[in-house]
Amino acid sequence: MSPPLLLAGAGPIIPSFGSPRSFACERNNGTFCWHWFSTNWSSVLWPALRQHVVLTLIGVGIGFIIASTLALFAHRRGWIERPVVILTAILYTIPSLALFELLVPVPGFGLSLLTAETAIVSYTLLILFRNILTGLRGVPAEVKDAARGMGMTPRQMLLRVEIPLALPAIFAGLRIATVTVISLATVASLVDNEGLGVPILAAIANNGFKTELIAGGVLAVALALVADALLVGLQRLVTPWARRLA
Amino acid sequence: MILVHALQFIARNGQLPGESGLPTLVHLTLVTIKIAGLAVLISIVVGLPVGVILGHLHRGSFVAINLGNLWRSLPSLAVLAIGAAFLGLGLNVVLFALIVLAVPPIITNAYVAVDEVDRDLVDAARGMGMTERQILLQIELPLAVPLIMAGVRTGALFVVSTTTIASLAGYSGTLGDIIVNETSYQRSGVLGAAICIAGLALTVDALLAGAQWTLTPRALRRRGDGREAVRSLTALVEEPATAGKLS
Repeated sequence: MSPPLLLAGAGPIIPSFGSPRSFACERNNGTFCWHWFSTNWSSVLWPALRQHVVLTLIGVGIGFIIASTLALFAHRRGWIERPVVILTAILYTIPSLALFELLVPVPGFGLSLLTAETAIVSYTLLILFRNILTGLRGVPAEVKDAARGMGMTPRQMLLRVEIPLALPAIFAGLRIATVTVISLATVASLVDNEGLGVPILAAIANNGFKTELIAGGVLAVALALVADALLVGLQRLVTPWARRLA
Repeated sequence: MILVHALQFIARNGQLPGESGLPTLVHLTLVTIKIAGLAVLISIVVGLPVGVILGHLHRGSFVAINLGNLWRSLPSLAVLAIGAAFLGLGLNVVLFALIVLAVPPIITNAYVAVDEVDRDLVDAARGMGMTERQILLQIELPLAVPLIMAGVRTGALFVVSTTTIASLAGYSGTLGDIIVNETSYQRSGVLGAAICIAGLALTVDALLAGAQWTLTPRALRRRGDGREAVRSLTALVEEPATAGKLS
């Protein structure tokens, strides 16, 4: 079939979806075109999903390293808490879309992974810092006294008593941070052109191509649910005593 | 430096030198308020009765609580995308996404609020011959106001800050237009619009705090309640996180 003749300068009257060799269900934008899905899985969706997982792991990983370092310092020296919380809370209130856009013109950032991850990490800090610190502070004084009485050094106390008892609060923070990052990473596609935001934004630009909208959206939701479930499983694995109590 | 330019941008009401016909900041803010307000209102109308009635019956805790947990993990752009496949691009899908984000915290909080009202009080009221309707309206609801409003405030906060994604879904006219258009508005404009949104979120929260204060029965008002006008910020600073950032 030859493409419809168009007057010079006029846009196509019927929006065309996909490439010239597209399928009927793709051209007339049916609710879900399995044919498109299976054809584009390995070239569009799977790479986007993989990139999304990497984006999330990097974001949560770096955020966790920074936040736990700060929290350990704040646990020893209380005055650090206020400035850290105020700074991270200010970062947290900036709409993510705006932060991405604001970082792009900064020299060294531009449209890159660095821009995406900088914004993403800055949003994890408040969640992780607060939860780690709350966990560490929540360790009962009697338990710490007992540990001290048994002759534990501060280092031993931290590693064998305080951190294990803080794990539930730490995991609660990790779960929230992870789903937050998965959500923000879809928006990050605007500046990084990676992750599940790519097919979603492409579908929106393509007059709302339904199959790609649903595929991208469902994959992002599924990823968030799976990640959350995995963290719950991991928490049960590393806190066997809590399981025995329950 | 950029902050100064951003404040100047706000002072110019969103106009750029040498360009005319740009929508004013005031106008964009009003449209943002309109959409956010509509979304919050619909969410309250949908979520509040469900939460309150389930709480009154002490039924469905599993649904009410897990809905809140599930909602925490929904990426906003994904909700928008799935919605757009069925509703098409435009205002409808934006409202849909905002409502999906705002309803669960409202249901969960309303459920917990009513469910946790002292059972002895309810028994006493029943013993005095109050009807179920009277118990709900005169005993349980007034006592549940603070927690219910906390849910409304959480939902409203998400809605206001997420309204910016409207511009990604083919609905223009909100403050998000400036944020996604760095090319025309420069960094100062984007930052100016971001400040407006943050300010709007805090203002809405303060207004809802006022509403909470007014609705709470006098005997239940605590001294600190009026002063913690901006719960979002104080909560961020004082409490461990229970919900993530959606947009």
